[in-house]
Amino acid sequence: MWKYVVKRFLLMIPTLFGVAVVIFVLMRIVPGDIVELRFSGESSYASKENLAVERARFGLDQPLWKQFVTWIWGLVRFDFGTSMWTGAPILQEIKLRFALSLQLAIMATAVGILIALPLGVAAALKQDTWVDYLARVVSIAGIATPSFWLGILMILTLLVVFRWLPPMVYTPFWVNPWQNLLQLIWPALAVGYRLSAVATRMTRSAMLEVLREDYIRTARAKGLVEMLILKRHALKNAMLPVLTVTGIEFAFLMGGLVVTEQVFNLNGLGLLFVQAVTRRDYTMTQALVLLVAAVFIIVNFFMDLMYGWLDPRIRYR
Amino acid sequence: MAINVPFDAIDVAAAEAARAGWWGIVKDFCRRRPLGAAGAAVVGLLVLVALCANVIAPYDPEKVDFGAMLARPSAAHWLGTDAFGRDVLSRLIYGSRTALLVGFGAAVVGATVGAVLGVGSAYFGGRVDLYLQRVLDIFIAFPLIILALAIVAILGNSLPNLIMAITIPMIPRCALVIRSSALSIREMPYVDAARAAGFGHARIILRHMLPNVMAPYLIMLTSFLGQAILLEASLSFLGLGVQEPTPAWGLMLRGAAVDFAESAPWMAVFPGLAISLAVFAFNLFGDSLRDALDPKLRTL
Repeated sequence: MWKYVVKRFLLMIPTLFGVAVVIFVLMRIVPGDIVELRFSGESSYASKENLAVERARFGLDQPLWKQFVTWIWGLVRFDFGTSMWTGAPILQEIKLRFALSLQLAIMATAVGILIALPLGVAAALKQDTWVDYLARVVSIAGIATPSFWLGILMILTLLVVFRWLPPMVYTPFWVNPWQNLLQLIWPALAVGYRLSAVATRMTRSAMLEVLREDYIRTARAKGLVEMLILKRHALKNAMLPVLTVTGIEFAFLMGGLVVTEQVFNLNGLGLLFVQAVTRRDYTMTQALVLLVAAVFIIVNFFMDLMYGWLDPRIRYR
Repeated sequence: MAINVPFDAIDVAAAEAARAGWWGIVKDFCRRRPLGAAGAAVVGLLVLVALCANVIAPYDPEKVDFGAMLARPSAAHWLGTDAFGRDVLSRLIYGSRTALLVGFGAAVVGATVGAVLGVGSAYFGGRVDLYLQRVLDIFIAFPLIILALAIVAILGNSLPNLIMAITIPMIPRCALVIRSSALSIREMPYVDAARAAGFGHARIILRHMLPNVMAPYLIMLTSFLGQAILLEASLSFLGLGVQEPTPAWGLMLRGAAVDFAESAPWMAVFPGLAISLAVFAFNLFGDSLRDALDPKLRTL
């Protein structure tokens, strides 16, 4: 077991390194760099010397491999450098947004699970009846509806029907929990609905599979109450794949809410990412992509471990 | 307890359907999976609308009419007009071309390249498989939209580039799924036989293995179709996809649609409905297709 954990853990390093290489190269292929962009933005004439001086300041005059080594060496020491655009330390810039994105991801996941579990279980129990069809339609609609459009509709409804708008300025939870929830519950609902769609389908198919197992028949045969069979025997075993998809979706929520954040005027990681890419802020983009990829890879790692812990039949090799 | 029809019954039904020919298969699918058939019908309708856009659209989708800015839905403009006085219905109709072009383009290319990679990875095994899987892992760790964003930033946002940006993140996802099905096919006697007969790698992969992963391929393809349309809408909404004045559903939700959402809600409501309906139809169809082709395959 421990051998597997260590091996699985070490496997994360080459993947992360690969992500670092890909994003580093990608950013260098993107035409135009931050220096050009800045000078053209100020519509002032910039001489070649000025551009060269600026480039040297960012270390962009160095050969590519040297830039890469410098960056990786910084990462190893947990030094992410400073944003090329704002000049502020990246860690500080990200920290501000990380809290918001994390809270939103947690809330959305909670909303998603609250919808998905009952719906998925009901669909599996009443397979091929109208309950099943309804659950299917509701969940496919969740995948089909862009959450940013759902967000627009929510704001519109609140505005037209209730003459009320959620607060547009972010208040941290520890400052004013009520204000904070009033603002974040809407994007959480919009995104959570989408997440619930994926989880509902998974719950349904996992439940269907588990309900056909021998131990369920045994439980029924010994006269166990149906509710207990469902809760203790079926649901517990069906949770594995549901947890997996929820975990993966959660990881994506951390950086993938680019569009929804835009609609709700939230200053999260997604918005920061779009800004960083359009400004050619190499250091910021690289740090963000690495962060999001790391969250994804680490969540996957824990999912794998949890599998073995929850289901002892799974053996590690 | 509701349990599925016994498998031999399904086999019998399938055999009957096969005997009845192509039309019989279609009829059988409609009878057995009404939801999927409804999805397929909507998809068919969408394709028809996209093909005949120039015939059925009441107005030129790019014609600016300052006399009819932000007009309410009426007999003249069924779904109203936008902030430039352009007919929303006409833009929706022409927008279906963009959506389907991007959807089909990205899904077909993404799923096909992914399938070839997946089958190749399974076929060669060993080192090739190991390294290819590591590379795919790297690309999967990027969130879909972030990879697409970066690629659009590199290539610029013309329509072909947009399709490419949506295709690339899909390839590794498809390759993973196809690989797992192809692993068992590699062990089939007919693959050994083909190898013994001295066929080349390319021929074995393309002629013997690829046709046998058709079921997961089709399933991935239909699920990608919906995702590609959604992704295109998201990118266009961010201003990084299709550019004005080309009609595209995501683009129609951007800017003025949000600013005037209260006074002219039709601008924000109808394009979103179009996106949802299209993706909904594709997914409904794909879902039933999955059930029909491979009941054991898990929802992804």
